[in-house]
Amino acid sequence: MDSSLLFGFSMIAYILASAMYLAGLLFKAPRFNLAGTCLTIGGVAMHSLATLLRWQETHQVGSGHAPLTNMYESLVFFALCTALLYLFLEYRYKMRGLGAFILPIAALIMAYASFSPRIDDSIKPLIPALQSNWLIAHVVTCFIGYGAFAIAGALGLMYLLKKRGAQQRENGLLPSLASIDELTYKTLIFGFLWLSAGIITGAIWANEAWGTYWSWDPKETWSIITWFLYALTLHARFTRGWSGTRIAWLSIVGFVAVLFTYFGVNFFLSGLHSYGAS
Amino acid sequence: MTAKQKNSLIELLASVQLALFLLFLLSTTAIIGTLIPQHAQPALYSQQYGPAAARFIQLLDIDDMYNSWWFLSLLTLFAINLIVCSADRLPRLIRLLKRDNLATTREQLERFSLQRAMDSPLPCDEQLGHLQSIFKEHGWKAQERRTESGAVLLFAQKAPWSRFGVYLVHASILIILVGAVVGSPAFARKVLKNSDFAYKGFVMLPERAFTDHVVAIRQNQPINLGFMLRCDQFHIEFYDNGMPKTYRSQVTVLEQGQEVLRTEIEVNKPLRYKGVTFYQSSYQPYQNYEIQLKKQPDGVTSTQIIPPAQETHWEAGGISYGIINRERQGEVTRRVKLWLHDGEGEASQLWVEMGKEVVIERPSGQYLLNIKQMYATGLQAAKDPGVWLVYLGCLLMLTGLYAAFFLSHRKLFAHVQENGPGCRLLFAGTANKNKVQFGHVFTRMADKLQQR
Ligand code: HEM
Repeated sequence: MDSSLLFGFSMIAYILASAMYLAGLLFKAPRFNLAGTCLTIGGVAMHSLATLLRWQETHQVGSGHAPLTNMYESLVFFALCTALLYLFLEYRYKMRGLGAFILPIAALIMAYASFSPRIDDSIKPLIPALQSNWLIAHVVTCFIGYGAFAIAGALGLMYLLKKRGAQQRENGLLPSLASIDELTYKTLIFGFLWLSAGIITGAIWANEAWGTYWSWDPKETWSIITWFLYALTLHARFTRGWSGTRIAWLSIVGFVAVLFTYFGVNFFLSGLHSYGAS
Repeated sequence: MTAKQKNSLIELLASVQLALFLLFLLSTTAIIGTLIPQHAQPALYSQQYGPAAARFIQLLDIDDMYNSWWFLSLLTLFAINLIVCSADRLPRLIRLLKRDNLATTREQLERFSLQRAMDSPLPCDEQLGHLQSIFKEHGWKAQERRTESGAVLLFAQKAPWSRFGVYLVHASILIILVGAVVGSPAFARKVLKNSDFAYKGFVMLPERAFTDHVVAIRQNQPINLGFMLRCDQFHIEFYDNGMPKTYRSQVTVLEQGQEVLRTEIEVNKPLRYKGVTFYQSSYQPYQNYEIQLKKQPDGVTSTQIIPPAQETHWEAGGISYGIINRERQGEVTRRVKLWLHDGEGEASQLWVEMGKEVVIERPSGQYLLNIKQMYATGLQAAKDPGVWLVYLGCLLMLTGLYAAFFLSHRKLFAHVQENGPGCRLLFAGTANKNKVQFGHVFTRMADKLQQR
């Protein structure tokens, strides 16, 4: 068994889990949600195993490295972080309806990583610039943050949909607006802490490798733009009392900025980080 | 400026509205520099955007926008906003923390959202003992004060200092900004008039060569290092699939002609010496080769640097040799075909890999041969006296964010008053964050109190 097969299985598990959670939402049947949870747990387990397997496989091409060093590997790790954080939230806050919004994100990321012709999934040895433990710290911290922001964005979307639907009919499986709002805020602060750590570890790595911790290359600039946007969102909330719809929109805008930092910069702009595009 | 105007200016500078506006401006304007190329030739801008737009770009320094007067002004205003805002609020926080909690009255406690009143058959002193032990069990260290009316107030708190988390985060941003200014070459050049204080430089150093200076990037001016750096050797290693694995320079630092340090520089493993950091940044292959030869059993040796396709004669070893073919990848030679003759029989011809010793058997003896291409190593040199401030700021920021987001200042009060043979008890608590979670803790403790 090789890692790409296992990654494929976890992708299928996420797709099925998305379908189950969506069915749970549409038919208001908790049984579907339970199936969704089981599939997600299975998917995350295979996903983690596949990551470890791929780590082992890197030893065959070079001296071995954590599988966090190119676009494919980071996408796959992004999906893992999102799914794992979701499971944690479901366990902690018992919000199953959330799965219908988040599992599709994880499934989509995995499908994109596996099928896009722009993404090379072959295992390559590390070029000298990437041989650094700061890289590992950088990728891990960034993607925990991105995972949280994906969830915050999904929560924002859920809030807006629920608010729209609230006038028409009550969907008992979605949590109350107030608890969605509260959880959005919690997820945002969690993500903000990790994004800050991600930017900091990235800066330290840049300083170790190139002698400048900050060079305003497009990727760095976009990451600080994203950071500013979330800082703005948080301040609007705890000093101006913004909540509900406005925070929901801001968490969606924030996630769009995250996506642009991650994909847009690689595809539309050029810079130091361009090797990430391969 | 009248006092009133001054006050409203300070009010503006202390306001969060301004902060939100500046955060919005910073994030939107920062996009410009990611769309319009930075530091390009002026001609490129008029070619790409037309002469009018190019003039506008020059006027607003958009070709170097992150160092432009207006962007730096925005950042400065942001920093001032942060300082004034914090200075405005800090005294209030300090007053809050200095408040005498043991002076809280029962009436005030009754207004807390977390509170529970109970009547206890126990005499007051015994009840107080219970309270103290329950507080202790849950990790709270309580203080006690008896009021004039004979009632007793118990008070305990956790993590009051976590309220400073926000200020730590805000201060950390300022520290990072100061660090960035201190380490900025432009600041050293233009304000301190001392470009040695902080710089980014570069040197292309051939193997065996020395340098006592580097060249400042963009200004193209030499900057003295105050010591000598010699490149002893440069190596490239490749993976089996041809991808580069390692770029490595062996270097020696010399002070007044004395070797003081011999070390290696690799990508991600810079050399730090006297405040200057040298980074492996590039290399330049030369089309000549160093050949080391040793003849056995005589033990005579020779080291020669030769270009390809040139016959060289080694008198003491009694041979002639030369490079007759090369296999290259770009400018980098992977192996060469060597020709070697000692005048007896046929000449030897063989492919030799760079850096791998080979043994050539000849009628006149055994020749140990090692060949390597000559390189210059490209080293970037940076002197950044502000980087430690930046790192300190980063550390403080993460600590502060953690404290601001995840720790909360929690307070518990218990007011005990005589009531016939028993006593009347009011248990109350507050937390500035994570109120739901604290509510659970509070309920658990209150239930325990009631059970006794
Ligand atoms: C991007 C830069 C900034 C970051 C990362 C940042 C971070 C934070 C954090 C983590 C908090 C605490 C949130 C909480 O209590 O849950 C906070 C609160 C606050 N920030 Fe900022 N901040 C920034 C810029 C600013 C600026 C420029 C101002 C200027 C007015 C400002 C004003 C405030 C205020 C008034 C509070 C509330 C303080 C309180 O609760 O007493 N912040 N900030």
